[in-house]
Amino acid sequence: MRIVIGQGSCGIAAGAEKIRKALTEQSIGCDISITGCIGMCWLEPIVDIYDDDNALTRLVRVSENDAQAVAEYVETGDKSKVEKLIVTDEDSQFLSKQTRIALRNCGIINPELIEEYTEKGGYTALKKALGMTPEEVIEIIKTSGLAGRGGAGFPTWFKWNAARQSAGEEKYLICNADEGDPGAFMDRAVIESDPHNLIEGMLIGAYAIGAKHAVVYVRAEYPLAIKRLKNAIRQATENGVIGEDIFGSGFSCDFTIKAGAGAFVCGEETALIESLEGHRGMPRLKPPFPAQSGFWRKPSNINNVETFANVAWIINNGGEAFAAMGTEGSKGTKVFAVTGKVKRSGLVEIPMGKTLRDVIFDIGGGMKTDKPFKAVQMGGPSGGCIPASLIDTVIDYKALGATGAIMGSGGMVVMDESTCMVGMAKFFLDFTAKESCGKCIHCRIGTKRMLEMLERITKGEGREGDIELLEELCYSIKDGALCGLGQTAPNPVLTTIKYFRNEYEAHIKDKKCPAGECSDLIEYKIAADKCRGCTLCARNCPVGAIGGTVKQPHVIDTTKCIKCGKCYTVCKFGAVVKE
Amino acid sequence: MEKEIDLSLLDGVLEEYAPVRGSLITILQHTQEIYGYLPKEAIELISEKTGIAASEIMGVGTFYTQFRFEPVGKYLIMLCQGTACHVNSSELILQTIKDELGIDDGQTTEDGLFSLKCVACLGCCSLSPVMMINEDTYGSLTPDKTKRILKELREAAQ
Repeated sequence: MRIVIGQGSCGIAAGAEKIRKALTEQSIGCDISITGCIGMCWLEPIVDIYDDDNALTRLVRVSENDAQAVAEYVETGDKSKVEKLIVTDEDSQFLSKQTRIALRNCGIINPELIEEYTEKGGYTALKKALGMTPEEVIEIIKTSGLAGRGGAGFPTWFKWNAARQSAGEEKYLICNADEGDPGAFMDRAVIESDPHNLIEGMLIGAYAIGAKHAVVYVRAEYPLAIKRLKNAIRQATENGVIGEDIFGSGFSCDFTIKAGAGAFVCGEETALIESLEGHRGMPRLKPPFPAQSGFWRKPSNINNVETFANVAWIINNGGEAFAAMGTEGSKGTKVFAVTGKVKRSGLVEIPMGKTLRDVIFDIGGGMKTDKPFKAVQMGGPSGGCIPASLIDTVIDYKALGATGAIMGSGGMVVMDESTCMVGMAKFFLDFTAKESCGKCIHCRIGTKRMLEMLERITKGEGREGDIELLEELCYSIKDGALCGLGQTAPNPVLTTIKYFRNEYEAHIKDKKCPAGECSDLIEYKIAADKCRGCTLCARNCPVGAIGGTVKQPHVIDTTKCIKCGKCYTVCKFGAVVKE
Repeated sequence: MEKEIDLSLLDGVLEEYAPVRGSLITILQHTQEIYGYLPKEAIELISEKTGIAASEIMGVGTFYTQFRFEPVGKYLIMLCQGTACHVNSSELILQTIKDELGIDDGQTTEDGLFSLKCVACLGCCSLSPVMMINEDTYGSLTPDKTKRILKELREAAQ
């Protein structure tokens, strides 16, 4: 038997490392190793036990206190010891319903050992590609229909070809791992769980465009990803996969990692290049495009982590196999980070052409609260909120774009009726206003003015005509901004106005927040018929605003109430209501 | 409380990176790792060794959220402001920390123990709401759990 513990960032945060220590202390006579993100994040920490026939028993929500039971199971093979920890069949379907290509090794191999990657066929695609001409490699990628997974969906072969055609000896291949969308963690998972797959995809890309230098720009907020990638680069170098004359092909390529320093705009490719050169991450004017003049003004090609994670598979299985999945305009699979008010949150990779309902309800299990599904936010600050009525929208660049949202990099934040959509728009505007680099006036000042208006509206100080003014600002920012950040910043506002105009109107005209989230627009009251007079709320009120005698209905003094919601949370009888 | 800055600690970093073009951000990251923030004296030294004007270094340093120009407390609380955390009531956690420690975003407690910083998504969305304190991540936070964590850290420091 062998034990494998899921140790992605989520797993470690949930206590996986403590469990590994506790299991090691049990001195079980079997191998204990680690793997990256299994993707079933809501069940972390996860311990996988493989028997001698490699059959898997998956234990979930394991704690240090379970170490002894796990040890007993491994020693005796008696499953009853760990019965309560074994993953349910229903939860297992979360993975069995997926089609994993970019994530094919995630949660299976040990990301810290190159041998485990090569055992799974790792680096055979690189060997194969090096036996072809660069043009042949680009042709396969063209056949596959692979498009940029960072969000824009631009055909990968086209970018590669442009960089290939660019004159000059010195070229750069860059990986954008500056995953800045709040609510997205696909790239982190790929790097933490299968770093060699990224390296292999990048080396194939470098060969195709004729670059001798590969650079990965990773967020500094991802220390574990940086650590594992560094380790993988070291191993690949030792094994002759990176460096001079790779596999005796005559092709040479070096690898460097640059840690970003926390700026969302650096996800934009020219801003990323500025940052790589050590400057403020402010976008450049295009053209010239990076393919002509990028890093150090040399021809450069930039792709996202997930894009590269598909490349080795495509080379090995052929472009046709990849193109066989998906829709007319969107080929292959897409990885989503499904989070928010969904029952099963984690990483989902499915073929394009499935619907949002497939992801959120069939795989994600629907809502985790008893409140109905309201909307899903896709594409982060550049995307939009898709309402429940459009739940059958197909996952396809064009179909999602038609809703006003975008495919985006893969963040899918699920919301129920308790999420205020005006508050959601405010949340994203707060983000983009802070992250605007300041270069273009429309973006710098426009987002700030929009944020101020949304703040007013959520405080109950909205005025007639605010919605129209917001829309006007949205369109002028779209027209006036240079880069993708500014051009897409209005999307969260536009989509919420489009689909939830009535909520804006309720805030502005009736001074009410239908979702009950904007604290300035709600009042807490105690329903006398439900109150048992247990005094719990009164004892927890930080300002002494609740009065009443034991076993008698209590009353909230609204003049004293600071609307902290403490009484609402502690009441066991649902007697405290928001109005 | 003003401590003397030992600039010799930067020797290795500057020797390795000052001659490499485009390394300013890397140098600043190492500097912050050494001192916990970017001291004025260090910026002047970096300017001298790299030939980049101190004003430009400040321009870069202030552009990125990672860099600080004031020392931080023993425990740096980074509270995630991602979308999933927002949907799962991170605002309540922020309020709890503010109430417990009496500090606002970007401030440090008088005893130098805690600093609070609201940060962009930490990427642990399934455990939202989430905060990181120094190297450790704490997930599925509630106001009570947050108070307990702060109390434990305070006790551990004594």
